[in-house]
Amino acid sequence: MRRYVGKRLLQLIPILIGITLLSFGLMHLASMDAVDVRYEKQGTVVSEEVKAQIREELNLDKPFLVQYGLWLKGVVTGDMGVSYISGKPVFETFITKLPATIALTLTSILLTIVVSIPLGILAAVKQNRPLDYLIRFGSFIGNSLPNFFVSLLLIYFLALKLGVFPVISGGGWNSIVLPTLTLSIAMSAKYIRQVRATVLEELSKDYVTGARSRGVRERVILYKNVLRSSLFTIVTLLALSIGSLLGGTAIVESIFMWDGVGKMAVDAITMRDYPIIQTYVIWMAVIYVLVNLITDIVYCFLDPRIRLEQGEGI
Amino acid sequence: MRKTNIRLRFIIFLGLVLVLAGVAAFAPALVPFDPYEQNLQEALRAPGGTHLLGTDRYGRDMLSRVIVGGRTTIFSTLALVGVSVIIGMVIGILCGYYGGKMDSIVMRISDVCLAFPGMVFAIAAASVLGGGIISAVSALAFISWPKYARLARGEVLSIKNRTFMEAARLGGCGTWKLITGHILPNISGTILVTATLDIGTMMMELAGLSFLGLGAMPPAAEWGSMMSDGRSMLQTSPWVILAPGTAIFITVACFNLLGDTIRDLLDPKRQDVKA
Repeated sequence: MRRYVGKRLLQLIPILIGITLLSFGLMHLASMDAVDVRYEKQGTVVSEEVKAQIREELNLDKPFLVQYGLWLKGVVTGDMGVSYISGKPVFETFITKLPATIALTLTSILLTIVVSIPLGILAAVKQNRPLDYLIRFGSFIGNSLPNFFVSLLLIYFLALKLGVFPVISGGGWNSIVLPTLTLSIAMSAKYIRQVRATVLEELSKDYVTGARSRGVRERVILYKNVLRSSLFTIVTLLALSIGSLLGGTAIVESIFMWDGVGKMAVDAITMRDYPIIQTYVIWMAVIYVLVNLITDIVYCFLDPRIRLEQGEGI
Repeated sequence: MRKTNIRLRFIIFLGLVLVLAGVAAFAPALVPFDPYEQNLQEALRAPGGTHLLGTDRYGRDMLSRVIVGGRTTIFSTLALVGVSVIIGMVIGILCGYYGGKMDSIVMRISDVCLAFPGMVFAIAAASVLGGGIISAVSALAFISWPKYARLARGEVLSIKNRTFMEAARLGGCGTWKLITGHILPNISGTILVTATLDIGTMMMELAGLSFLGLGAMPPAAEWGSMMSDGRSMLQTSPWVILAPGTAIFITVACFNLLGDTIRDLLDPKRQDVKA
């Protein structure tokens, strides 16, 4: 088990190098660099000599691979660098944005689970009855609405018309409600479909018929067997969703002015603030690998037949 | 009975999608007003009267803008899906067929592409390429191809050693003939289903990029950028948002319905589950 986890974590290294090189290269293709952007935003005109001097300080005048090497050296020694725009250490900036994103991830995942698992099971059990059609219709609508439209609709009806919630996050407890609703609507729509399909597939299997013919109560079959086997698909989906949510949702965070890492990344991209972008990209890659790893481990607990590696138990 | 039912559904939804595409294709001939002509005296008129869907803050007719915007949104989405599927399929088939070193290198690259946060990459790429609908399409295509490459590769691996492939090889089929004559027909069903089901999502992503100001540029009519343009007027003139938003919703819904039906039509196993 320990060796397996170690091996998986080692796989992180090539992915990290590839991904940071990619984003580094991408940013360097841009015609403007951070120095240009900084003075353009301030509206001041400075001579090329001043700009050149700042570039020298930031190492922006060095060849591409040298810049990447210097940055990589910093990271390995624990120094992620400072923001080109604010001058503050990148790691600290990133850490201050993280709680907002984590909070939003937790609330929207919880709401999604609470809504979609019962509704999905209900739709499967009442297959092809009015209730099933109603639930499927609802999830179909949710699947076809882009999240920026959902946010604007929620803002219009709940914030502007009814005045129940604030339009943008003012720091109060209720400012998390609208972004959470936006994210959960789309996710629940997806999950209801998936839960329904999985439960239906399980219900059609032979062991269910067998249990029924032995007189096991339907409720017991559903909760003890079917639900347990269906957990697989649900866990996989949940892991993927948590992964992408932890990356921050650029559009939703921007609309609601939610001060998380997604908004930070978008702002950094427009400002060409490479160190921030790189930190963000590393974070995403780490999440991607960890989420995959945790999913595999959870599988083992759910199904003892699966072994992480041949001949090696958990 | 069920089969005809699905056929009927397929024809209906295909018809709906074709109508949408037709409206988009002949948009310039169908619009009641010039979608770009500004008339400040008519600005922000509520729906009804001469302007069926109202006007925006420059007095441009919303209905005309929504129709013309559909052209940009629908055709650029189809181009995006087409490009991603073709690139992914070619790479996936070659990797699956030849295997070896190239296969593992390409799969590592696709790993990196998949690990990269999709929307954020698209935002970065679009801002580097300087906005515009073409750079938005390229940015999204870059992150979408690995999905199809993996799908095609997996399918090729699963049929590569089947008896009919062996027979074709013994019958003297060359590599080209094997790929076009035997592999392609066998894997295109799965890929077609996935691609159709993805059209809706891709349309929403593309409109999302435009919404952030990284896709279609104003004054060009595009649903996502029209909505972002109308954001500040949400309270006073909600129709500026509702018209393009509903248009996206209807279009995505039609494509999703078509995708579901094609899946039912091509995949008999799923029908049993549903039946």
